Amino acid sequence: MQIVKNAAAGTMESSDAYVEIEPAQELTVQLESVVKVQFGDAILSVVQDVLKENGVEKANVRVVDRGALECVIRARVETAINRGKGDA
Amino acid sequence: MNKMVKSIREAIQLAGLKDGMTVSFHHHLRNGDFVLNMVMNEIAELGCKDIFVNASSLFDVHMPLLDHIENGVVTGISADYISAGLGRAFSQGVLEKPVQFRTHGGRPSDISQGNTPIDVAFIAAPAADPMGNCSGKYGKSACGSLGYAFADAMFAKKVIVITDNLMPYPLQDWSISEDWVDFVVTVDAIGNPKGIVSGTTQITRDPVGLVMAAHAAKVIEHSGLLKDGFSFQTGAGGASLAAAKFLKDIMLEKKIQGSFGLGGITGYMVDMLQAGCFRNLMDVQCFDLKAVESIRNDPRHMEISAMQYASPASRSAVVDSLDVVILGATEIDTDFNVNVHTDSNGYIMGGSGGHSDTAAGAKLSMIIAPMFRARLPIVTDKVTCVSTPGKDIDVLVTQGGIAVNPKNVELTQRLKDAGLPIVDIRELKEKTERITGTPQRLPKGDRVVAEVIGRNSQLQDVIYNVL
Repeated sequence: MQIVKNAAAGTMESSDAYVEIEPAQELTVQLESVVKVQFGDAILSVVQDVLKENGVEKANVRVVDRGALECVIRARVETAINRGKGDA
Repeated sequence: MNKMVKSIREAIQLAGLKDGMTVSFHHHLRNGDFVLNMVMNEIAELGCKDIFVNASSLFDVHMPLLDHIENGVVTGISADYISAGLGRAFSQGVLEKPVQFRTHGGRPSDISQGNTPIDVAFIAAPAADPMGNCSGKYGKSACGSLGYAFADAMFAKKVIVITDNLMPYPLQDWSISEDWVDFVVTVDAIGNPKGIVSGTTQITRDPVGLVMAAHAAKVIEHSGLLKDGFSFQTGAGGASLAAAKFLKDIMLEKKIQGSFGLGGITGYMVDMLQAGCFRNLMDVQCFDLKAVESIRNDPRHMEISAMQYASPASRSAVVDSLDVVILGATEIDTDFNVNVHTDSNGYIMGGSGGHSDTAAGAKLSMIIAPMFRARLPIVTDKVTCVSTPGKDIDVLVTQGGIAVNPKNVELTQRLKDAGLPIVDIRELKEKTERITGTPQRLPKGDRVVAEVIGRNSQLQDVIYNVL
């Protein structure tokens, strides 16, 4: 799936995550998290999973995590992808 | 006899402060306090070095302390509570000697027994007369109780009262009396009223908080302790206040009159007094304007010293007569040890205050906390820091169930019979981690930045620097 425009989903509220996505020539994921030590690897891996499931191979993804549960991170990444591909 | 001196500097000089000595402060002006910074600036300008600061608590308004530490003016700190901004700096190791944490009862206990002698105590007084009789109840900087300052006044070698409200002698209804006071200084303002007392803390509307609060009130109702003469302390957090509200409803419905409400007193406890839930309030510190107004006007609302509140060195302390206390936690482990000193990343952001004292004294010590905050589970295998030992904690109330310390066989049965959702604390941990995932453990620093001294004056745990 092609990311054609800049898009974002989520909020900076505690227990939520804010996800930004933009078109790029390769795939990069940047993570900022209040629980990076405790859950950083788990968050990066779920972000990669959602990108893969949606066939996103090229994009810059930035996640600002405020201690969101995994299901919330999934939902925010998925929504950002849908908004970035232009049909949501 | 004249005790009035022109300036803080002159008072410090007359008190004979020298390098290596200890000064003390109390924290009733909280984040609105001007006194500690004014005094420490004068001490720095006088060229004193190697000063030990014994404060009942430190707030972020006291950040200038970091400059005094950097300049070698301050080399030692003892406090019962340190807020997050300063705590972060201590966790990064700005002080060479570890910070000493005490409890609100342990601090006056160590002072009165001579374990932590004070050379010069500074009393921030919202009202004082020229001989040093002083009170927290009157004036533009009114803070209510002066409970934590009594031990300082009674045991320091020199005592300096600093006021912005000099009243004619004798001040009526004093708290600390002239026989303890050496010098009196007037200043324009001892604090910023906005930081001294908060407005009324709102009861939580968060559904998770309300479920916890309802559980907490039910636990008290079925504990066997809720009857005439019942005594109670709770914190100022939204869920604790909600628990107090549910408890109030139960007490009014069942026409139960308690003996006293204890603690740091909020407007909500004042409401309970006025509604007839308690005969008295015993107040070591006022949290809001309503509490200040009540302690000033209502003789049923009584000021107590920290020694009477919680000191294990006292012949008796009020905590020894306490039935139920509701407390918070940043972490609790499967042995019921509680951490209130550090956040989940290991940074200092609090302290025991009266946590350990009330937990040790109360017949039922209840922790109320959500299963997780910002993805971090409340229940861990081992807390980062033991603030209050698990032997003193009876119940953990969460939205996902109530865990009772296994030592309380009778209480467990009572709560089960009442149909409350009782869960083993290890099961609660697993249940939580199914939602949050299992967190990686924090790497531990290699340097001790703080010592947690239990209310028995013994070293209870240490806090390491954050990497």
